[in-house]
Amino acid sequence: MHRFANPARFLRLAKVILPYSSGIAVVSLGLGLWFALLGSPADYQQGETVRIMYVHVPAAWMGLFCYVAMAVFSAMALIWKHPLADLLAKATAPVGAAFTFLCLVTGSLWGKPMWGTWWVWDARLTSMLILLFLYLGYMALVNAFDDPERGHKAAAILALVGVVNVPIIKWSVDWWNTLHQPASVVKMGGPAIDASMMVPLLLMALGFKAYWVTVLILRGRAEIAAQKIRVIRMAQIHAASRGE
Amino acid sequence: MTRKQRRLYFVLLGLATLGVAVALVLTAISDSLVYFYSPTDIVTQRLPEGRRMRVGGLVEAESLKKDGKTVTFKVTDVTNAIPVSYTGMLPDLFREGQGVVVEGRMEKDGVFQASEVLAKHDENYMPKEVADALKKSGQWNDGKQTHPSQPQ
Repeated sequence: MHRFANPARFLRLAKVILPYSSGIAVVSLGLGLWFALLGSPADYQQGETVRIMYVHVPAAWMGLFCYVAMAVFSAMALIWKHPLADLLAKATAPVGAAFTFLCLVTGSLWGKPMWGTWWVWDARLTSMLILLFLYLGYMALVNAFDDPERGHKAAAILALVGVVNVPIIKWSVDWWNTLHQPASVVKMGGPAIDASMMVPLLLMALGFKAYWVTVLILRGRAEIAAQKIRVIRMAQIHAASRGE
Repeated sequence: MTRKQRRLYFVLLGLATLGVAVALVLTAISDSLVYFYSPTDIVTQRLPEGRRMRVGGLVEAESLKKDGKTVTFKVTDVTNAIPVSYTGMLPDLFREGQGVVVEGRMEKDGVFQASEVLAKHDENYMPKEVADALKKSGQWNDGKQTHPSQPQ
């Protein structure tokens, strides 16, 4: 694990992975959307509205997945002081926030026709909204300091504290009465989704994951470049002040 | 112990403490985290009349009656059932045997006066043909026992 904490090694690895991850993202999102919108059957109960699921559910998974990734990067940064871990945590945050937002919006659009309401304050919906606020808080905090080191540290602690929310989101539908239905895919006794509907769902989930890898590489590169520029600027200032 | 190990244990201990604290708080306030009560809760706990609350369960088969714009039906959790009266638009998924959550007040005559009716759907997704085939072969369970809309 420590081997990959080196920015130069990350950049080399990123160069190899990038064409694959972006290729997989484009192909599986394209295929997934085709299956989701045209190539899959309507639900016996929900009719065509079920197609919202193919965006909503993978987006929710990404919201949780990105948060866990961010927390793991943050822990690595706090414990082992990996120079790269902070940058990757920071690079993941907006992706996770965007997917969480997408999940909330599509959920709302789905809730109106099916449940009869845009929003309710049940345990699942509320804990998901808290996840979005955790992301926003993280992003605000990480950029709130003049010294990026201090911002990284404060935000890493926030990310770790917020990770308690993840199991609450996952099991909220089992622990308490909620309007939201229980899990369909990751549950005891196997998925409760017909195979023809599972295909687009998994394709979309794969596409979103590949998209995350792609964005992580692009944003990670930009963060490394920004840090280099900062170091060069500081060196220049030092040199200039010594020259006077 | 090296500094790294100390930080590792510190983070792990911190997370464990936080986890336990949150679990305790959530267990303590569990009652206010439920989105709705089951008919059995209403019957056994004698929740006060006139208080605004939500009741969830299945629409009892053959209990649905329409009288102009007002509908009456029973919400059941198989053990107990509560009569509900509602005036207004019903969600598309609303039908007998379907999960619902109704919000309103318990009146003195024992009828729950609902001001809002929300449909609850289950976690099963399948094409119509599969549902029809299941019904034909007798394996259909009407979505009732795989997941009752309330805790057992």
